[in-house]
Amino acid sequence: MTSAPVPNRSEVSGLSLSGYLNCMRGIVWREALRFLQQRERFVAALVRPLVWLFIFAAGFRSVLGVSIIPPYETYVLYEVYVTPGLVGMIQLFNGMQSSLSMVYDREMGNMRTLLISPYPRWFLLTSKLMAGVAVSLLQVAVFLAITWFWEVEPPLFGYLAVIPALILSGLMLGALGMLLSSGIKQLENFAGIMNFVIFPMFFASSALYPLWRMKETSPLLYEICQYNPFTYIVELIRFALYGQLNLQALAIVAGFTVVFLGGAIFAYNPSKGLIARRGGPGGNAPGPKGG
Amino acid sequence: MRKTIKFLTAAAFAGSFGVVTAAPAYTVYVSNEKDNTVSIIDSTSLEVTDTIDVGQRPRGILLTKDGKHLLICASDDDTVQVFDVKTKQLVKELPSGPDPELFVLHPSGNPLYIANEDDNLVTVVDIAADKVLAEIPVGVEPEGMGISPDGKVLVNTSETTNMAHFIDTETNEIFDNILVDSRPRYAEFNDAGDKLWVTSEIGGTVAVIDAKTRKIITKISFDIPGVQPEAIQPVGLRVTKDGKRAFVALGPSNRVAVINGESHEVEKYLLVGQRVWQLAFTPDEKLLFTSNGVSNDISVIDVGKLRVVKSIGVGRFPWGIAISNE
Repeated sequence: MTSAPVPNRSEVSGLSLSGYLNCMRGIVWREALRFLQQRERFVAALVRPLVWLFIFAAGFRSVLGVSIIPPYETYVLYEVYVTPGLVGMIQLFNGMQSSLSMVYDREMGNMRTLLISPYPRWFLLTSKLMAGVAVSLLQVAVFLAITWFWEVEPPLFGYLAVIPALILSGLMLGALGMLLSSGIKQLENFAGIMNFVIFPMFFASSALYPLWRMKETSPLLYEICQYNPFTYIVELIRFALYGQLNLQALAIVAGFTVVFLGGAIFAYNPSKGLIARRGGPGGNAPGPKGG
Repeated sequence: MRKTIKFLTAAAFAGSFGVVTAAPAYTVYVSNEKDNTVSIIDSTSLEVTDTIDVGQRPRGILLTKDGKHLLICASDDDTVQVFDVKTKQLVKELPSGPDPELFVLHPSGNPLYIANEDDNLVTVVDIAADKVLAEIPVGVEPEGMGISPDGKVLVNTSETTNMAHFIDTETNEIFDNILVDSRPRYAEFNDAGDKLWVTSEIGGTVAVIDAKTRKIITKISFDIPGVQPEAIQPVGLRVTKDGKRAFVALGPSNRVAVINGESHEVEKYLLVGQRVWQLAFTPDEKLLFTSNGVSNDISVIDVGKLRVVKSIGVGRFPWGIAISNE
């Protein structure tokens, strides 16, 4: 696809389904290869939630076990409660990391190569997101396998039910990352994402503590958590892991996915998006834009 | 309100909790100390099906051997009430002596041995003739009551004297005493009749006693990561019929300890509701129910998988549990 000439619109609409699949496979495969070759990244992605599970959760063991909240049917240890939150954390970091890789791709010129493809931009960007989601699924699978030995034992059906939830939440976080990456000029600015996006999203959510507990300490914080889309990602994953569907969480996560994805596709449109306006590397490049 | 719908059909649940749904339906009775009621729970659906009013401060609860009557210690009414399990109506009240707390039936089904907490007595009552057969003076604050499978030896523990009193059921007299750790609450023989288990609430231990020589074989203590030692207060205890496992309710530590019946080592701690008090197996020993006094619920343990499957809200301060034979 890299050497394809710039097509006109009629040529694009004539692209076959197998061509689309082939294109998506290429993008996903590249991301998977990159991930597999970066062993440290794989280990880091696992170590982060495991540290939380083994160390942080150990200290908080007796904190919970005082109230039963859905989807749980009985009292649960803190390890059990925090696991869906840590799964969300894996996806959050993964989403932001793939946005980091996009900044890198833009700096290196790979992004131009991608966007020059005859396939529509929304498709290319969604494929890129799907590649990130596939990587996050891999990380989550290994993490859940480890937690099983830590007595986090959801019903077997839950492991299946959580997959669609993970795909949706992975897409939402990836789209958010993509939207953010369109506004970042250089790789170094990624630390800002860390401080201003990842940490607030993770801490001001139901990942670490149930919201009723948050409400007891600070009603304001509770309100903030209620408006944090990450809360609903965690709850969607939590319910799915126990074979249940949290409709409210599903609706909110799906809604945010559409908004973030739309925003990212718009932002990566060189003629209209933020890149053009900011005059970033992508914007200055003689890309595939019409004008 | 977060609206949730069950994504699973009942069949899918049956797949994940097979043991729970496949078990025969037993009826579980829970005495609610503060509500003066008994909650009735179906062991298949694990839902409260009925709540009946009983006397004041119901604590000890058991079913007669024929399964027709439910006996309840109405502590503040100074009586033992007898309910018909079919009609759920009060049939009669037995003379029990003051403040009955916990009791045990003779393996033959009669008489009933009642611990009178305030009077330092064990009262022996003929439940057919409704009369007191004997009053046996024991230590201060008697509570735990265990009877050997052959019905010859009755063991009562007195909370303040810190003793297990061995009583001959033919003469109704104490023939031996064993000092155990502080505040013994519960005594239970294994089915083989060779071991007696006694829990000590303040001492935080369980004494395993040789029933023949009446010597302590071992004392089991508990250590739960992240829980203060003083919160570990062993109260209720149940031994499986084969004697291979014992389950101990550890009070405010909100855990049930699983003990190997042969090595006497703790195998696992299971998280249940707050201040877990008493325990009861279903007759097939597939499920174990725990009464959680402070969180006003009972927890259900899958005995095969050693996993807590559900907690069910009941009345205030659930205390004792009795389960039907069929």
